[in-house]
Amino acid sequence: MKQSRLVNVLFVAPCVFAFTMVIIIPFFFGLYFSMTDWNGVNNAVNFVGFKNFQSLFSSPDFLYSFLITIAYTIINIVFVNIVSFSLSLMVTSKLRRRNFYRAGFFVPYLIGGIVLGYIWQFILNNILVDFGNILSIKILQTSFLSLPHTVIWTMAAVNTWQYAGYIMLIYVASIQSIPASLMEAANVDGANYITRVFHILIPMMANAFTISLFLTLTTSFKQFDMNLTLTNGGPATRFLDVPVKASQLLAMNIFNTATANRMAEAQAKAVVLFFVLLVISLIQVSANKKKEVEM
Amino acid sequence: MNSTKAQKKLHPTVKWNLVLLELLTAILFILFMIPFGMVVLNSAKTSKEIIFNAIALPSNWNQLAINVSLIFNNPTVDYLGAFVDSILITFFSLLVIALFSSMCAWVLVRNKTIWSTILFMIFVSAMVIPFQVLMYPLVRWMRISGDFLHFRLLGTIPGIVFAYLGFGSPLSIFIFHGFIKSIPYELEEAATIDGCSRGRTFFTIVFPLLQPIIVTVLILNGIWIWNDYLLPLLVLGSNGIVQTIPIAVTAFAGAYLKQWDLILTSTLIAMLPLIILYLFAQRYIIKGMVEGSIK
Repeated sequence: MKQSRLVNVLFVAPCVFAFTMVIIIPFFFGLYFSMTDWNGVNNAVNFVGFKNFQSLFSSPDFLYSFLITIAYTIINIVFVNIVSFSLSLMVTSKLRRRNFYRAGFFVPYLIGGIVLGYIWQFILNNILVDFGNILSIKILQTSFLSLPHTVIWTMAAVNTWQYAGYIMLIYVASIQSIPASLMEAANVDGANYITRVFHILIPMMANAFTISLFLTLTTSFKQFDMNLTLTNGGPATRFLDVPVKASQLLAMNIFNTATANRMAEAQAKAVVLFFVLLVISLIQVSANKKKEVEM
Repeated sequence: MNSTKAQKKLHPTVKWNLVLLELLTAILFILFMIPFGMVVLNSAKTSKEIIFNAIALPSNWNQLAINVSLIFNNPTVDYLGAFVDSILITFFSLLVIALFSSMCAWVLVRNKTIWSTILFMIFVSAMVIPFQVLMYPLVRWMRISGDFLHFRLLGTIPGIVFAYLGFGSPLSIFIFHGFIKSIPYELEEAATIDGCSRGRTFFTIVFPLLQPIIVTVLILNGIWIWNDYLLPLLVLGSNGIVQTIPIAVTAFAGAYLKQWDLILTSTLIAMLPLIILYLFAQRYIIKGMVEGSIK
């Protein structure tokens, strides 16, 4: 018995130690630093209470990033889910090459955000503009990344290219778990394809929709890598009479604040991000609980 | 059989629908693949050629080899070194994550005490914490604790592998936990009765049974670690001795502003390993991604 307790402790120790060192301790430090005047230059920090948080919500720069992140997240959820649901219908149809297509649509997910950002920067700033010049199409001649009102949509489109194949897989798994006889029965009864999708498939896939909704929600809110290399926050625009970066999402705002050595302020912004994500997850957990009760 | 034939005769449009669907899917598929095509195309051009016409086919495919050698022999960015470091970091991180997370999850499942439940809950709830809250306190804490332990955690491969163990363990433990619960306990009991020690029971009986779920854990963590940018940036620094591929790619883009021949070739080399792996292990990767998301 004694020996088995020793084994238990030894077996959990590596993970618990690493986890405590890189998540638990930095997390509590992080909460504390958000209430200090930490500037990254001086090692000594002083407690200042909620001062950092109070100034946050009167700062146009932060408010803009916050709102634009919400807008980006909503656009993303719509784009990603429509595209990936359509893809999932295509690759579960009777097409002969459906497995080949399914494998292909997933490939963009393998590319990291950093690499992907450069590739799309090149496509949007060079390839599309060249196309516009050759075919003299006016809207293509200025890059979509250079206009404040198109940049967020463009980022969502790029993110959809990367993410749709992944969400597609979740939908495919869900569609394949629905008994084929159900769709066939409806077919015999004379229901057309659209009716079958909306009245049988979609209601049966509720669980998959919840999963992908929250997946896109949280990843969009934390978006950073692609934001950095695709737009680096640009172009410039104005918000509440102050110049701001049109595509600077929340995570990048935090990063840039810290780069400017305003560490405590960055930390306070990160804590706000944490609470937003916490609320989202609590809603998700309660949504899942409800479903379990219904079942 | 007869009835379906009759149906087909009654509805000749069914076939047309399939042709239309095939066409639509093929067009979408090509659209999804165009970015990769553009990267390959322009990786085989000189900077001048790209500026002149980014869409045209390269005049000389040998330029691809020249660009690749320019990348690997570059005096400012040690791309080859970053490539080797990325492989080492990914390999060792995956090794410790798979080994220690499965050990930890096994104890948490089999040792039915309140402590196991609490520990598991802490691991799971930590998944909500965004990296932005942790990253700056983490760097500070790793410097302090590294000094204290006389072991450099910042800027070294063991340091970043340790950090990946901490960040990778919550999800991995969660996935292993679900799988181990489904393994009948009788197997382990039999081994114990035969005089097998607890530690040996895990390695000889349980661990081999985990093989399918280990593949899932390796894939989920592997894609993340290979493409990760922020953690290496903070732990290794952008000018450190140890580098990773995403950092090297940003270094190229920073040093050779708008020199797309070099930037695109560096992105091509960055994404090639995962794409090649995907070509061979496609079935496992798709299965792993689905399992990881639904749990």
